[in-house]
Amino acid sequence: MTDAAAPKARAAGLSLPRVQSSTVVMVLYLVFLMLPIYWLVNMSLKTNDEILSTFSLWPQDLTFANYATIVTDSSWYMGYVNSIIYVTLNTLISVAVALPAAYAFSRYQFLGDKHLFFWLLTNRMAPPAVFALPFFQLYSSVGLFDTHIAVALAHTLFNVPLAVWILEGFMRGVPKEIDETAYIDGYSFGRFFVRIFMPLIASGIGVAAFFCFMFSWVELLLSRTLTSVEAKPIAATMTRTVSASGLDWGVLAAAGVLTILPGALVIYFVRNYIAKGFALGRV
Amino acid sequence: MTLTLESVSKVVKGEVHIHPTDLTLEKGTMNVLLGPTLAGKTSLMRLMAGLDAPTQGRVLWEGEDVTGKRVQDRQVAMVYQQFINYPSMSVYENIASPLRLMRRPADEIDRRVHETAELMQLAPMLDRKPLELSGGQQQRCALARALVKDAGLVLLDEPLANLDYKLREELRAEIPRIFEEAGSIFVYATTEPEEALLLGGATATLWEGAVTQFGPTPRVYREPADATTARVFSDPPMNFLHVTKQDGRLMFGDGQAAPALGPLSALADGPYLAGFRPNHLELDRPAGDCLEFTATLSVTEITGSETFVHLDHHGERWVGLVHGVRQLALGSRLQVYLDPAHVYVFAESGALVAPAAYAQAA
Repeated sequence: MTDAAAPKARAAGLSLPRVQSSTVVMVLYLVFLMLPIYWLVNMSLKTNDEILSTFSLWPQDLTFANYATIVTDSSWYMGYVNSIIYVTLNTLISVAVALPAAYAFSRYQFLGDKHLFFWLLTNRMAPPAVFALPFFQLYSSVGLFDTHIAVALAHTLFNVPLAVWILEGFMRGVPKEIDETAYIDGYSFGRFFVRIFMPLIASGIGVAAFFCFMFSWVELLLSRTLTSVEAKPIAATMTRTVSASGLDWGVLAAAGVLTILPGALVIYFVRNYIAKGFALGRV
Repeated sequence: MTLTLESVSKVVKGEVHIHPTDLTLEKGTMNVLLGPTLAGKTSLMRLMAGLDAPTQGRVLWEGEDVTGKRVQDRQVAMVYQQFINYPSMSVYENIASPLRLMRRPADEIDRRVHETAELMQLAPMLDRKPLELSGGQQQRCALARALVKDAGLVLLDEPLANLDYKLREELRAEIPRIFEEAGSIFVYATTEPEEALLLGGATATLWEGAVTQFGPTPRVYREPADATTARVFSDPPMNFLHVTKQDGRLMFGDGQAAPALGPLSALADGPYLAGFRPNHLELDRPAGDCLEFTATLSVTEITGSETFVHLDHHGERWVGLVHGVRQLALGSRLQVYLDPAHVYVFAESGALVAPAAYAQAA
């Protein structure tokens, strides 16, 4: 607001502070975005009585008992451990398999390479539910049912194509002459790939790993179908917790908050690469 | 040390990239591959390096057949037009990497890296990453890596093309001096005739995948084997016009004629192709006998101290390079002059039948 405008506004009888419209939009946006997360945190810090009996914008009777339940009860915290195990396994397998595949697509021409590259993505065009039945029957018959590796392998079906697609974009940005110079200098392929090539596409590997992590972390249907007790993921634990006394609202909310955290942490670390990752390296 | 190409050819998807080529490069020589873009300079280099396998023919290194040998096992170093370094390593590690792979002792590596860095004026930048350097320094880093290896065959593929003018001049002066001491076989690809002449050594001119001539650079320049070589080894390209030999005279058309002297006197009567370089075209009548033509001016380009004049002479496009700045009206009819001593005569097929008199005297 300029000096000249100020007395004029006062003369017109406007005493409310003037707020820029962009600020209003931003505040509304944040309120809509944060409301569910706030409500989850709010619930997790209340007792079940308070949640069910009254409407309160913040906890009247602040309690951390819900969180204490989760970190002490193995049926709860093992859900996190199981999830983290198969998510990590899946991310490692997906990236390890996708790296050489993406290198082949970015560097060599072979029969049907373009078609193969495109059809890699068809696995992502079907909902995971389609594959739940065959995976369940297959894993049951070979004794993989209810293991971490079972879920990790099932998720690679969706993650490897995506990782290949992302990594290929990053690899294409590296001139082929670097490969050749390395061979001329005497590097073997393996040594060149690890010592020279991987550092060059480090951000691409990071982005690919992030997308694998994200998919595997939020995917519920396959992970629930393929596990029962030993490898039960946290999301399954959350949706199955209905005791004789009804739902334990507070503990469920606390579990939800803890489930958001790993994803938020990972996003924080790779935030600068995400834009490039969404463009699949083809920026 | 010699590198021999024995009727080496390269065909990709039915398209001929390199016609069967025979070439022998000797130890301690600078060999320039001169040709326009797409002439096959890089393709030929890749065959020499072993990055591509020839479709036919053999590559011999000191008489030994290395055609199928992996590039890692050959004594080769290469520098590209793009500045290719290992971005994740420091300049020091970049230069050291070929030596590390050869498992040289640490103190020797350290000594040689510092020597080479000194030579390439990179000593203050050894701890930096290549991408933090200027373009010229990046290319010097790549050159240092090629040099430190002490390879028998060093391939430089238009190494200065992406540098600015001043750096090019500087590096172009340094390169022959530096590589003279190394005693390797150097192959240097360029599109510029001027660069070939400055580098000296031997020149192979390339045109559409074929080596048209290979020999000492000044000789290839003065006595091009055919019209194609002359066109490639002249910037702007050589100008041509059709002539006829008759009664001991060369008839240039428009009533212009010159007596056929020296080797020309023995030629059979008939049609020939005459060629002359742009810098031999004059706008002012020189003293002595000369040919005179009338041509239409289509474009002038003034470079500061010189003027390029593009002319239309009965449908043939000529370019002249004249000293000084000339303000000429476009579309005007100009009288241009040519000393017959500067005229090369080629057969209709393109083969040289008589070099210009001035070139023989030189």
